[in-house]
Amino acid sequence: MIETRGLRKSFTSRRGREKKTVEAVRGVDLDVAEGEIFGFLGPNGAGKTTTLRMLATLIEPDGGTAVIAGADLRTDSAQVRRRIGYVAQGGSTWDECTAHEELVLQARMYGVSKSTAEERTRRVLQAFQLSEYADRKCKTYSGGQRRRVDIALGIIHEPKVVFLDEPTSGLDPQSRAHMWDEIRRLRDEGMTVFITTHYLDEADVLCDRLSIMDNGEVVASGTPAELKRTISGDVVRIGVPPQAVASAAEVLDPLELVTKLETHDDGVRLYTDDGAAAIPQILRTLDGADVPIGTIELNRPSLDDVFLTKTGRSLRES
Amino acid sequence: MKILRDTSLIFDRQMRLLLRNPVWVFVGVFQPVMYLLLFAPLLKRSLNVSSDAEAYRIFVPGLLVLLAIFGGLFQGFGMIAELRAGIIERSRVTPVSRLALLLGRSLRDVVSLLMQAVIITLLALLFDLRVFIGYVLLAYLMLALISLMTSALSYGVALIVKSEDALAPLMNTVAQPVLLLSGILLPMSLAPGWLQGVANWNPFSWAVDGTRALFRGDLGSPDVWQGLVIMAVLAILAVVWAAREFARSVR
Repeated sequence: MIETRGLRKSFTSRRGREKKTVEAVRGVDLDVAEGEIFGFLGPNGAGKTTTLRMLATLIEPDGGTAVIAGADLRTDSAQVRRRIGYVAQGGSTWDECTAHEELVLQARMYGVSKSTAEERTRRVLQAFQLSEYADRKCKTYSGGQRRRVDIALGIIHEPKVVFLDEPTSGLDPQSRAHMWDEIRRLRDEGMTVFITTHYLDEADVLCDRLSIMDNGEVVASGTPAELKRTISGDVVRIGVPPQAVASAAEVLDPLELVTKLETHDDGVRLYTDDGAAAIPQILRTLDGADVPIGTIELNRPSLDDVFLTKTGRSLRES
Repeated sequence: MKILRDTSLIFDRQMRLLLRNPVWVFVGVFQPVMYLLLFAPLLKRSLNVSSDAEAYRIFVPGLLVLLAIFGGLFQGFGMIAELRAGIIERSRVTPVSRLALLLGRSLRDVVSLLMQAVIITLLALLFDLRVFIGYVLLAYLMLALISLMTSALSYGVALIVKSEDALAPLMNTVAQPVLLLSGILLPMSLAPGWLQGVANWNPFSWAVDGTRALFRGDLGSPDVWQGLVIMAVLAILAVVWAAREFARSVR
């Protein structure tokens, strides 16, 4: 449904005489299949939004190719526009308008007649459980209602693909769960949904497949399960005082059960096939070497571990 | 015709929002009404004319042009609010005509200007201004062209600078000399030769001369067609340029 090769974009900012070029997106390859929820996971500033805006025809790529729903982005952006919907992160409603007015206008901007626009508006209002508030001004809506109106605006013309930029950022947990259900519903109706997120749980639970993006590049792609499988075994985090990190690493690294070990400022992190069985031995070893143990934590690998192995940083920290 | 349909779509929405809050139309006439009440009475003596009616016949056309210039130039502020709310971006991902995005808004501004012009004209009638209706309508055409041009310019600049903080000083810097060099407050015929020479390069001074000729009832004066042609050409240029800004990538 979406296929990109080597998509690039850089921005030049001028401050006085100084010209600064930032490569926001440096060669992104994506293959998104029809009818899946595809996620772009990465920290703020990774280039997710810029990529999305290029795919939505809002900014022109510097290089590379993209075919979206069968239309070429570079040569046929008019057709791309007809086949996609785009929902910006910051929202897109006017305070003084009602949801009903906004939806009818949006539908009509795609060229349909007034009656078709009314019909589609009625349908999406119902689907997004907005009928009750449809004739109230947008400024009276809660954050969650407003976000649902935004998404309804993005799909009112029944696009093949919809791009949602950070669809749940800033929502309370309940609205967030509600939004996930709405997104799944869109997929179940046959739409391809492309979201960006910096939430690990959202990427893990909601997305069928995802690409992890950092610093303008895709560093890993696959289903959440596939990505996590690339981290072999379990992850054990051991918190020790900073001055004891080196000695902890020294005694733990030679152990046979440790497949890989990384040191951090506040402890070590090691990968092992069977974490539960490894913990007693780890404790004994550290005790024997007089390394004071602050905390010990056993985890199944998470997407954050994937991010960490690919970029050397934790997504939580960045 | 897609462009007509799309334009009326945008125009409808903008008009509906304007009429929902018509107080802005009246706020817009407050300043010119103050000029009419508090400044115009000084003119009879300083212009050395025989009656108030004659003074108003010179002053009111200038005032209307002033209203059209300023009203248009400051429309960009509303657009920056729309940019911030994501309205422009939401429109730009649809196949809607980019020219319509501009025209729908600028035509709303023209209509709101004409409503204000009617209010000012009616008030001036109370001060004994007398002018033939046909000529007034032609003068309104001039005002419509001016307002179309200045509002399109303002939208184009707003799309480039994207911030009220930059737009306000920019528009004031443009409007100030334009105002002083167009003979709006006093006719440029009172100006020394060099100043008249400079004013001749200000297109709005041609518009003011043309509008004054119409209020005088002097339809045959070349000022009329010259003013209309200059304003029409500039309005088209401004619209084409601003529509291209809508089509360009904006953040």
